Amino acid sequence: MTAVSCIDLCKTYRQGDQDIKALDHVSIDIQEGGFVCLSAPSGGGKTTLLNAIGGLDIPDSGQVIVAGTRIDNMSKGDLADLRLRQIGFVFQAYNLIPVLTAQENVEFVMQVQGMAANKRRDRSFAILKEVGLEGLEGRRPAEMSGGQQQRVAVARAIASRPALVLADEPTANLDSKTAGELMELFKMLNELHGTTFVIATHDQRVMTFAKRLIRMLDGQIVEDIDQRAA
Amino acid sequence: MLRVLFMLAWRNLWRNHRRTFIMLAAIGTGVWAMIFMTALTRGMVDQMISDGIKEMPGHVQMHNPEFRDDPSVNNLIALDDAELAARFEDAEFKAWASRVRVPAIVTSERDSRGVTLLGIDPVSEREMSFVNYDDVAGRFLESSDDKGIVIGEKLAEILETEIGKRIVIMSQDPDNEIADRGLRVVGLFTASTSATEETYVFMGKKTAQKMLGIEGATTEVVFLGDDYRNVDPLYDAVVGKVDGNVEISRWYDVNTYLGTMMGVMDGFVLIWVIVIFLALSFGLVNTLVMAVFERIREIGLMLALGMKPGSILGQIVIESMLLLAIGLTIGNVLAVITILPLQNGIDISIVADGMEMMGAASMLYPALYANDMILANAVVLILGFLASLSPAWRASRYEPVEAISKV
Ligand SMILES: Nc1ncnc2c1ncn2[C@@H]1O[C@H](COP(=O)(O)OP(=O)(O)O)[C@@H](O)[C@H]1O
Ligand SMILES: [Mg+2]
Repeated sequence: MTAVSCIDLCKTYRQGDQDIKALDHVSIDIQEGGFVCLSAPSGGGKTTLLNAIGGLDIPDSGQVIVAGTRIDNMSKGDLADLRLRQIGFVFQAYNLIPVLTAQENVEFVMQVQGMAANKRRDRSFAILKEVGLEGLEGRRPAEMSGGQQQRVAVARAIASRPALVLADEPTANLDSKTAGELMELFKMLNELHGTTFVIATHDQRVMTFAKRLIRMLDGQIVEDIDQRAA
Repeated sequence: MLRVLFMLAWRNLWRNHRRTFIMLAAIGTGVWAMIFMTALTRGMVDQMISDGIKEMPGHVQMHNPEFRDDPSVNNLIALDDAELAARFEDAEFKAWASRVRVPAIVTSERDSRGVTLLGIDPVSEREMSFVNYDDVAGRFLESSDDKGIVIGEKLAEILETEIGKRIVIMSQDPDNEIADRGLRVVGLFTASTSATEETYVFMGKKTAQKMLGIEGATTEVVFLGDDYRNVDPLYDAVVGKVDGNVEISRWYDVNTYLGTMMGVMDGFVLIWVIVIFLALSFGLVNTLVMAVFERIREIGLMLALGMKPGSILGQIVIESMLLLAIGLTIGNVLAVITILPLQNGIDISIVADGMEMMGAASMLYPALYANDMILANAVVLILGFLASLSPAWRASRYEPVEAISKV
């Protein structure tokens, strides 16, 4: 089954008197349960592509299909609903709501979805344990390290059991040991729950974890490698 | 869902303690000022009105139609005392009285003054008189036949007379002949303003009628109802009992100045409350705008995670309403605890001389009405809600992608 399908996506930004092609006829299919790394140097179009897949931004042309539904022509309200129910997000930084504890942050998406309190509680406890934050449930983001904060963000992204998790440079602000641990965590969750992961990065170390590596440059896909064979 | 919005709003409210405390102090002080100043003004106006009504006295009055233009003995009421008694004896008014009210001059051996002579039946007027009979120095009149005269303390001072001395009162009879009589001063009354003490002198009704040669006739009938704010039932009852050539007026027809005061007071309270709120609203809106601006990224995050713009709007509005609710509580409590100790009156005699022209007394009794408090609270909540809509709306319109990437 195809989790994500992008057909001929284009997105152009205007900077001064110059047109920048952030996405230049990009087409990809990502299978369910995939663990895909999107790699490009800074400015290569990773964020633009992830935002298009995640329904945060709409491409100028082309189609985006997530879990069998076309989303590039959806209304803003429908897109918000799609993000809430189908997709887990991990951003580069500032992932958490500062006034909520780790556990409340993990429960946030489920709470907005309207899930019952006891069910949320059970899940958030279990997932925080899975990501190695047992005992830190009551801490606010400011009381945690960068690595711990990213783990909370990952826990939140998977807690609502979305079909797809999109992570945009999740390790950018982490030291290499912590980055490695986070990637191990992604991989473990991918294997454990079968969740599809798409991780954008320009970090060489991160790419080695991927089952599939897609390289981009100036808005175009230049390489698509299946790393399981290697 | 609403719970998470309340939780976020509540925690965000206490995120910047200093700012929240400053806003609470401002709202609390503003609301206190709204209620406190309203209570003082209400107290002053209430007293002006009730003093004014007592001076008339009564809520409804009956006169000869010409009396208003020429308040003299020439314009007697068409019904004499016997007929009035027959009509009103068993009416269920709180009180009523017929009286002689004519211009006159009093003369002592030292000085003389123009006054308004009131020939009254002290028994039937006791309840509505501006004079508290028990507080009169000497004694008040005892009956319609009383041969004494009661004047104000201020007038006694001017005439350089005192209890026990005789003074002469002089007026005109219906044939335009001088009618005069010497009477002994039996009592001195005090009133809330010295103008009142200078203006009125009291004689027994029958004594006055005899002096003026109008036995059995009066110039004024006064009626007291239960509530000066609602005089129409009394008015209708009086109108229903008379016919012929008389004019019935409500108190605010007689003293239009007081009537207008009562009318504008409600408008004044509303304007005052709104003016203070406008001053507060700048602080409120500014605080919200700053809070929203500081939280761009987390608002963007919530939108990105799929929270609806309406929920972002709700969150900011709830935060604003919580702030206002706490500020209102502080303001209301402050107002009540500062007004209660003043219930026995504030002595404003130092500044009162200048105010007497307006009919203000030298003691000020703050009047705290539930309606005024409700109005102040409602205005703050409703206008506060409207004022917070704009920053809240702005927050809900952020584009998640742009908001998140703001550094
Ligand atoms: N909002 C924007 N306005 C103008 N240019 C943009 C905007 N977003 C991205 N770009 C440009 O599009 C290109 C791709 O950006 P992006 O997708 O963020 O790359 P990456 O995430 O790989 O660093 C870059 O050249 C960037 O400058
Ligand atoms: Mg990027």
